[in-house]
Amino acid sequence: MSADALRIALVGNPNCGKTALFNLLTGGRQKVANYAGVTIERKEGRFVAPSGRVLQILDLPGAYSFDAVSPDEQITRDVLEGNYPGEMPPDLIVCVADATNLRLHLRFLLEVRRLGRPVVLALNMMDAARRRGIVIDVPELSRRLGLPVVETVAVKRGGAQALVARVDGELPQPAPAQADDAASRADLHAQVRELLAATVSMPRATAQLDDALDHWALHPVFGMAILAVVMFLVFQAVYAAGKPMSDLIGDGFGWLGGHVAALMPAGPLQSLVVDGIFGGLGTVLGFLPVILVLFFFILTLEESGYLPRAAFLLDRLMLSVGLTGRSFIPLLSSFACAIPGIMGTRSIQDPRDRLATILVAPLMTCSARLPVYALLIAAFIPAHRVFDLFNLQGLVLFALYLAGILGAMAVAWVMKHLHRDRSEHALLMELPAYRLPKLRDVAIGLYERGAIFLKRLTGVILALTVLMWFLSTFPGAPAGATLPAIDYSFAGYIGRSLAHVFGPIGFNWQMSLALIPAFAARETAVAALATVYMVGGDAAGGGLAHALASQISLPGALSLLVWFAYAPQCMSTLAIIKRETASWRNVAISFGYMFAMAYTASFLTYRIASALT
Amino acid sequence: MLLSDLPKGALAVVDRVDDAHADDPIAQRLRDLGFVDGEAVRVAAVAPMGGDPLLIQIGYTRFALRRAEAARVSVRCEAAA
Repeated sequence: MSADALRIALVGNPNCGKTALFNLLTGGRQKVANYAGVTIERKEGRFVAPSGRVLQILDLPGAYSFDAVSPDEQITRDVLEGNYPGEMPPDLIVCVADATNLRLHLRFLLEVRRLGRPVVLALNMMDAARRRGIVIDVPELSRRLGLPVVETVAVKRGGAQALVARVDGELPQPAPAQADDAASRADLHAQVRELLAATVSMPRATAQLDDALDHWALHPVFGMAILAVVMFLVFQAVYAAGKPMSDLIGDGFGWLGGHVAALMPAGPLQSLVVDGIFGGLGTVLGFLPVILVLFFFILTLEESGYLPRAAFLLDRLMLSVGLTGRSFIPLLSSFACAIPGIMGTRSIQDPRDRLATILVAPLMTCSARLPVYALLIAAFIPAHRVFDLFNLQGLVLFALYLAGILGAMAVAWVMKHLHRDRSEHALLMELPAYRLPKLRDVAIGLYERGAIFLKRLTGVILALTVLMWFLSTFPGAPAGATLPAIDYSFAGYIGRSLAHVFGPIGFNWQMSLALIPAFAARETAVAALATVYMVGGDAAGGGLAHALASQISLPGALSLLVWFAYAPQCMSTLAIIKRETASWRNVAISFGYMFAMAYTASFLTYRIASALT
Repeated sequence: MLLSDLPKGALAVVDRVDDAHADDPIAQRLRDLGFVDGEAVRVAAVAPMGGDPLLIQIGYTRFALRRAEAARVSVRCEAAA
C-alpha cells in the first residue's frame, strides 16, 4: 500500500498554521513518534484522496531558513534534501505560508523551491487576509513563482479542498535545483520584495486588533497584571478540576483493589494485586487529570499566541539566572507537577535552554509534597503568631516554597557558569498574530500528550511500583513478630542501612525507610511513616502527628522538611526526564545533583538547628 | 545608530547587520528573518525590567529581540520612513 502512496512533506515557517492544516487533512489519523535518536516529534498521517490514491503526509518541524540554528530546523532541511537517515525524500513538498505574513514566509518558499523538487504553495489563513483587506493576485503569483498556488483556510471545515484537489492531480514540474550560497541567499529578500510589489496589496502592515491587544498584553504594568491573572486562573483550574479528579482516580483504584482483594485468598498474590498493581495504577493514572488540565491551558495559550508574549515579559528575569523567557510556563506548571512541566519544555527550541529548564523543574514545589509538608509542619511547628501578624506554620511552608525557587535559581546560575558552551543563545522570537484557539487542534494536542504519558510511562512506573511493593513485602514477618511487617522486609534492611547514610542529617531508621516508598510517590512518605510508627506500637494512641513529635527531634524534622524541598523525586519525574531527553546521563545528573543538594541543605539545617536547641 | 538605541515607537530603516564575531549565527539569522538594507523597522514595545527584550516590528512580523541581538543591527532614521 505504501509503495504507491504519494509522500507529501508539509513545511513552512513557525506559526504559518501548518499543524492546523495537517490536523484538518488527516483528522485523528496521525502517528506521533520521535525522529530516530532525538526527541523531536515526527508527525505522520495519511488520507485517501477523492481519486482513491493514498496520500501520506509528514508534518515537518517549522523552520525560518535552511541555515538551521536548531535541531528541528536541521531535521526539516535534511529530510527535504533527502539526507536524513531512514527518511525517504518526499515526492511532493507543500510549503505553507501565512497569507498575512508573506514577506517572511515567501522567502522560505524560495529556499524550498531551490531544492529542485515538486512544490505546491498553500496560502493559508486566507480568511484572515480577506478580513484585513489584503488582496493577493494568486494567478500572477503562481506564474512568477513557476509553481501551483492554492488558497487554504486551515481552521475551517473543507478549507483544504483546493489543496487536496491539487496534490491529487499531476505532480507539478520542479524548478531547476540551485546551489545554496551566501550571495544567492542575500538575493532572496530582493526577489520577495519584487514578488510582493507585483502581486500583493496590503492596506496595513499589522492587524489593528493585534496592535491593540499587544498594547495591553505587553504593557509594563498591565501586561504583568494580566499575566498574573492568567496564571492565577490556570492554577485555580488545576486545583479545582484536576486535583479532585486525581484523588478520585486514586480512591477509585483503592476501592477496586479492595473489592478484588475480597475475591482472592490472602497472601502474597493478593498483596501484589492490591498494593502493587492497583496501588501503582492509581498513582500513575492519578497524574493524568492534572497533566491534561495543565496542558489544556498550555495548548490554548500557545494556540492563541499568548505564550510568546508571556515569554517576552519574563525573559529578562529568567535570563538573569541563565534560563529563557520560554522557561517560565514549564517551571510554573511544575508547581502543580513536574511531569507536565518537563513535557512542556518542548516549546523551548534551544537545546541548552531546554535542558537547563528540565533539570531545575523538579525543584519547584509540586503538589505531591504538600501532604508531607502539612504533616510535618503540624507535628513540629507551633501555630503561634509572629509579630501578631503571621502564622509561624504558614511562614515555614512559604519558606519551603521559596527554598525550592531560590534553589532552582542557584542551580541554573551554576549550570550557566559550568557549561563549556559559553556562546550567546538568541531569543529571536516571533510574536505571532493572536488567534482564537480551535477546539480540534487543542483536543488533538491533549490526546497526544495523554497518549505519550500513558504509553511511554505507565509501564516504567508500574514496574518500579511493583518493585517497591516487592521490597517492602518480602521477606514476610516471622511468626510471633512484634514489629510491623515492613521492618523485616528488604525495605527494612535497606532503611536500616540507609540510616548510616542519613544519620548525619538527623534521620532515624524509620525516616530513612519512609524515603524508599516516597521515591515512588512523595505523598506515600506519610503513609509509610504511619505504618512504621502506628502499627509498630510505638505510638500509644493519638494521631500520627503526635507520634512523630514524640519520636523525632525538632532538628530532625526540619532536616526532613528541607530534604523534601530538594530531594531527587519522584521516579515518575526521572522517567519523564529520560523520555524527554533520551539520555540516562541527564537522569543521573538530575538525581545526583538533587541528592547532593538535599543532603547538604539537610545537613546544615540539622546541625544549625541542633546547635540552637 | 543601532537598533538597540532606538526609543519606543521610533521608526527607522535597516542599514545592515554586523557579525558580533566570526560566523555569527545570530547575525545570519537576523538577515534571514528580513533585517536587510532598506527594511522599515519600529520598536513596538519594550519589556518591563530594564527594557529588555525589545519588540521589533519589521514588515508584517513582530520579533522579540534581546538588546544584545538588536545591537547587531545598524539603522538609519529617515524622515517619514
